[in-house]
Amino acid sequence: MSTLQIDKTIDARGMACPGPLMNLIGAIRQGQVGQIFEVLSSDEGSKTDIPAWVAKAKHELVEVVEDGGYAHFIVRKAR
Amino acid sequence: MAAEVVILGGGVGGTIVANLVAKKSSSGKAHVTVVDATGTHVYQPGFLYVAVGKEQPSSLQRDETSLLRNDVTLVVDRAVRVDPVARTVQLESGRTLRYDQLLLATGSRTVMDEVPGAKDVHDFYTMEGAIRLFEALKGFEGGIIVIGVAGIPYKCPPAPVEFAFLLDDYLRARGIREKAQIKLLSPLNRAFTIEATSKLVQPILAERGIELTGFFNVESVDPVAKTVSSLEGETMDYDLLVLVPPHRGQKVIELSVLGDERGWVPVDKNTLKHTTFEHIWAVGDTTNIPISKSGSVAHYEASVAADAILAEVKGEAPPKHTYDGKVMCFLETGQGEATTIQFDYDHPPVSPTPARRWHWAKALFNKTYWHTVPQGRLP
Repeated sequence: MSTLQIDKTIDARGMACPGPLMNLIGAIRQGQVGQIFEVLSSDEGSKTDIPAWVAKAKHELVEVVEDGGYAHFIVRKAR
Repeated sequence: MAAEVVILGGGVGGTIVANLVAKKSSSGKAHVTVVDATGTHVYQPGFLYVAVGKEQPSSLQRDETSLLRNDVTLVVDRAVRVDPVARTVQLESGRTLRYDQLLLATGSRTVMDEVPGAKDVHDFYTMEGAIRLFEALKGFEGGIIVIGVAGIPYKCPPAPVEFAFLLDDYLRARGIREKAQIKLLSPLNRAFTIEATSKLVQPILAERGIELTGFFNVESVDPVAKTVSSLEGETMDYDLLVLVPPHRGQKVIELSVLGDERGWVPVDKNTLKHTTFEHIWAVGDTTNIPISKSGSVAHYEASVAADAILAEVKGEAPPKHTYDGKVMCFLETGQGEATTIQFDYDHPPVSPTPARRWHWAKALFNKTYWHTVPQGRLP
């Protein structure tokens, strides 16, 4: 994984409701442009949901890293 | 001398913990005080029904004293500041309470004024909001009703979907359904956060003519043009707008710097203990755990927090029993049917096919709540 400065980490592993993407949307809503958010998710659906929302909302998906039973999604608030 | 256990908040979580700690502590070991700003316990899941005229506001409220054991002291006052070093709680009246163990069960508050232009839009997240919404629905004769979400996290994630179904029922019963469009704006690209539940619910939304728009996180409202706009850059017209308001933790949390920038208290997701301060615990909406903010979570967390507090009071090792992320809730799908959603940290959610029996189970739970949950009688 790269050595980006993470501004906020959301550990949503095992949390189906409200779910990793909902928590990411909530965090980005409150965040500042340029901040980097990390979401840890064990939910398979996140692999499609998170990139789809990030693209729709015009933020930047910096990277996705698989780590055993879960994935790290690194997102930059772009606007 | 008895340990002073102070509980801020007389909602679901605070009331159960108070009753369990008082009941399980050996006589004289702990004295429990609940501090609540109103002294009235409100059953918030009922707001949804008040908004469509299916429940009376008076049936959703009881005196908190009627739900607490006789050996629990209720202080009707507002906590304004906690000093975690001196272990004191300052109250609005000027009184100060000392504590040995403190439970933060202050819940969340809604802040619709954080959404530009949304000052006068409708919601069903407060009693006043639900009553006002029902008044508006009674005067509604046709047009576009938009239901959206203006902040995350919010209480009871299924509520907007449930409201859409109950609204459909209401308009059909009045014989004006064909004059109305119901548009449900979802924060995600499906009706509900849980995919399996969405698959059950989406065909029913389509069957009832409820239009679903995905990835629409409400950002602002133009009350003159009657439009609502999203974070994602889209705009939609409305005649009547119902929004889930943004939520925050209570001011006492923010003023005491016990939580994050939104006032949510950081706790260990299993032990519910504050991540920084000793002798402080939190349950329910109050915490920053990224799990649903709901009475169900507060309910299941309460016995864990009560046992942890009791262990500290007695000088024993922390209990092995910790919170496993259990959530169980109902989701109304209209026309007298409902489904359920149940999961924990290790088990993904399951939802049965909507049926009448789940609707009746929800109705029964809502009615029997007063005699079972606050007392800690339901595990």
